[in-house]
Amino acid sequence: MAILETQELTYTYSRGTPFEKTAVDHVSLSINEGEIIGVMGHTGSGKSTLIQHFNGLLQPTSGKVLLDGRDIWENKRKIRDVRFQVGLVFQYPEYQIFEETVFRDIAFGPKNMGLDEAEIKRRVLETANDIGLPEELMEHSPFELSGGQKRRVAIAGVMAMEPKVLILDEPTAGLDPAGRDLILEHIRAYHRRTKNTILIVSHSMEDIAAFADRILVMNRGSVFCFDRTDKVFSRAEEIAGIGLDVPQVTKVFMELKRRGMDFGGEAYTVDCAKELILRRIRERNGSAPC
Amino acid sequence: MLKDITIGQYFPGESIIHRLDPRFKIVITLIYIVMLFTGGTPLCLCIGALYTFIAIALSGVPLKMFWRSVRPLLPFLVITAVINLMLVRSGDVLWSWKAIKITEDGLNISAFMIVRISLLVMGTSILTYTTSPVTLTDAIERLLSPLKKLHFPVHELAMMMTIALRFIPTLIEETDKIISAQKARGAEIDTGSFMTRAKSLVSILVPLFVSAFRRADELATAMECRCYHGGEGRTRLRQLKSAPRDYIALLYTIGFLAAVIWFK
Repeated sequence: MAILETQELTYTYSRGTPFEKTAVDHVSLSINEGEIIGVMGHTGSGKSTLIQHFNGLLQPTSGKVLLDGRDIWENKRKIRDVRFQVGLVFQYPEYQIFEETVFRDIAFGPKNMGLDEAEIKRRVLETANDIGLPEELMEHSPFELSGGQKRRVAIAGVMAMEPKVLILDEPTAGLDPAGRDLILEHIRAYHRRTKNTILIVSHSMEDIAAFADRILVMNRGSVFCFDRTDKVFSRAEEIAGIGLDVPQVTKVFMELKRRGMDFGGEAYTVDCAKELILRRIRERNGSAPC
Repeated sequence: MLKDITIGQYFPGESIIHRLDPRFKIVITLIYIVMLFTGGTPLCLCIGALYTFIAIALSGVPLKMFWRSVRPLLPFLVITAVINLMLVRSGDVLWSWKAIKITEDGLNISAFMIVRISLLVMGTSILTYTTSPVTLTDAIERLLSPLKKLHFPVHELAMMMTIALRFIPTLIEETDKIISAQKARGAEIDTGSFMTRAKSLVSILVPLFVSAFRRADELATAMECRCYHGGEGRTRLRQLKSAPRDYIALLYTIGFLAAVIWFK
């Protein structure tokens, strides 16, 4: 069932001035409940503008955004409720931290929702656990933490609102590989527990290839393709053509194919490459045993 | 939202006024202010207006921009004009109704004040429209340099102004981002009661200050890495050089001032 839908969504910046620019151009798409969606696109492709429409931070110039089948702008006063249902984590979210303790910062969102103390406490501790923040950190000042920990506090602050749809804009930007893997692992843990829809924006395919169900590729304000992960990667060459980086292992397979070794599929993770190679070896052994 | 605010209203161009030495422009602006405030007769004000409109025409900046600089002052102008109208009791009574008397003098004073202040704002706007903020601080530094003998930190002051101007757009962008992020967590910034808004302000100001301090720290390190050690012995990429046209502009302005004093 579609939880989030856009119909001919268009957004124009600085309308009526010489700087007018259409950042999102007639985008129609639909996202199902419980899915993990990877959103890709280079700088200026309109992906950041698009996701800010999903929780009503931007109002479409024309077109509609539907949440659970209802136009989110139907009642302007209720737009705040939409923000609790569609949680948006911005890029470098650690710069939004302001409270005195980690606990209170994570509790900011739930408190704004008007929940009672017990429920706030449950949510904060549960999301802190999902995101891998030990309980003894809860009473520390968030400004004492390491960069990676701060990032996780900020992400937990949005997760604690338990939004039906969680959108993360470049959650791993500027982190070292270990910190990156940790964050992605914790996001997966959150998904396993809540089964909520997740959108991850990234320009590293490596990040999202491993666990996105579907991938949305944006180019110049329009949808370039929106399909199952393996199908998107079967168009790896086109994607490289619009200036996006494909995973290293995919590059190796593209080059092998060019030199005449077709494995009959695109490899987008190392595991999937292993499968393809093993299958090829088995086939060969079966047809011509040595 | 915040991006619509324009600070540092420089309007790039190649006009004669743009090319004048900024030091002369500052001095000329000061003379201009004196000119507006010494003359007390309508004729003096007309001379001032003539000077202003010639300068506007020469600057090539659209008239619309000057209207934009006067517009925010309008409520203030109207209120003071009304107060003047009511309170000035001297001169012939033109119209009266119960306790309210409008006199000829009151009318004159009100009109005079509106024109004078509008001219003041428009004239000084020419300076900021035709001079980039960085050039302006450069010129201020040079004009104030005699104060160095009195151990007044002229260079430091100018550097602070330059840095402050440079970071205004950056901080506005940053504020915009923080506002969006807190709104996404349900903060009520443009809705809600006064108290909830005030509380939400904390969630914006704290991250903004943290990031401003971080930037200041990084900038200081970057400047030290490039061997910045204050103004001593520092040379400039863009030297300010005065040309004959600067002296001509100065004499021209002094001529107008003399005319105003003559007709006083």
